[in-house]
Amino acid sequence: MRLDLLAELNAARAERRAAVLVTALEGGAQRLVRAEAIGDDALAEQIDAALRSGKSGMVEKDGSSWFLTVQVPPVRLIVIGAVHITQALAPIARLAGFDMTIVDPRTAFATPERFPDTPVIADWPETVLPPMKLDRYTAMACFTHDPKIDDPALEQALAAECFYIGALGSRKTHGKRLERLREKGFSSEQTDRIRAPIGLDIGAVTPAEIAVSVLGEIILALRKKSLRTEKPA
Amino acid sequence: MLASDDDILGQAEVWRRAGKGVAVATVVETWGSAPRPTGSHLVIDDEGHFLGSVSGGCVEGEVVTEAMDVISDGKPRVLEFGVADETAWRVGLSCGGRIRVYVERVD
Repeated sequence: MRLDLLAELNAARAERRAAVLVTALEGGAQRLVRAEAIGDDALAEQIDAALRSGKSGMVEKDGSSWFLTVQVPPVRLIVIGAVHITQALAPIARLAGFDMTIVDPRTAFATPERFPDTPVIADWPETVLPPMKLDRYTAMACFTHDPKIDDPALEQALAAECFYIGALGSRKTHGKRLERLREKGFSSEQTDRIRAPIGLDIGAVTPAEIAVSVLGEIILALRKKSLRTEKPA
Repeated sequence: MLASDDDILGQAEVWRRAGKGVAVATVVETWGSAPRPTGSHLVIDDEGHFLGSVSGGCVEGEVVTEAMDVISDGKPRVLEFGVADETAWRVGLSCGGRIRVYVERVD
C-alpha cells in the first residue's frame, strides 16, 4: 500500500467521508475511490454496492478479482437532554463503541460532574448542531420532551437523514410533536422515521433500563438495514 | 482500551512516517466460522510490534512472521489459514473456519 493512499484513507475517516480502497490481489495495484467520485471508476457498480452495505469484500468483473476495503464514517450518537436516562446511556453507548455527545442548554443539567467521560455542550441545539454536520452515520435521541429544545434538533436530524431518530414522550406528546413538524413542512413519510415512544419494547421502567432499550433500538437501526437505504423514497 | 480500525490504520501511517518498515494484513475472505470479519486489519512494524487482529489470536503469530518477509522484500502475499489445510499449514483456526489474509508493505 502506498503511504499516500494510506494517508488519504486516514484523512477521509477523520473528515467523516466514505471511501473505498481497491486492491488487485494479483499484482497489488491499488487506488482509492472517494464516495463522491464513484461515477468515474471502472468498478463503479461494485463500489457503490459495497458502500451501501458498508462491508469490505472481494468483487469480480470480467474474470479479474479485487478486494474492496470499505471505510464508512464512525457512527456518532447525539443526545439532546442531559437527563437521568442520559447518565445511564453514556457509559453503555461508549462500551458499544458509539461516539456520543450530549447537548442541553440547561446549565443545571449539562455539567461535566454529571457526565465525567462524555462531551457535554451546554447550549441550544440550533447553535450546536449545524457545525457538527449531521449525516446518515449519526443517530439522535431526544430526551428533554421540551419542544423548545427537542424540536429544532429533530428538524435537523430529519433534514440530514440521520439513520436513527428517537424522541422520548407519550403517544399524546408525540402526536402534538408530529403536528408541529408537519406545520414546519416535514412530510409524514419523514416524520414516520422518528421512533416514539422511544426504545425497544422490553418493558423498561428505570432510567437505566430505558437507556438499554434505546441503545438496542439504535443498534437495530444500524445493523438490520443498510445505512444508505434508510433514505426516504 | 480496545483498538478501533481508526487506531489501527492510523498507527500504520504513524509508524511509516517515523521511518519504520510497516506491513498491513487484511482479512480478504472468510469461510465458515471465522473470528474476525472480512476487512479486519493487523498492522505490523519491522520490530514485530503489532496492533489489531485478523483472528482470535490463533494465526497472528504466523502473520507477523510472514509480515517480516513482506517488509524486507516488498512483495505482497496472500496467506490462507484453516483446519481444512492443517497438514499444509503450521497453524490453524480452532473454530473450524478458514480465512485468507492479504499482507502488503506500506511504501
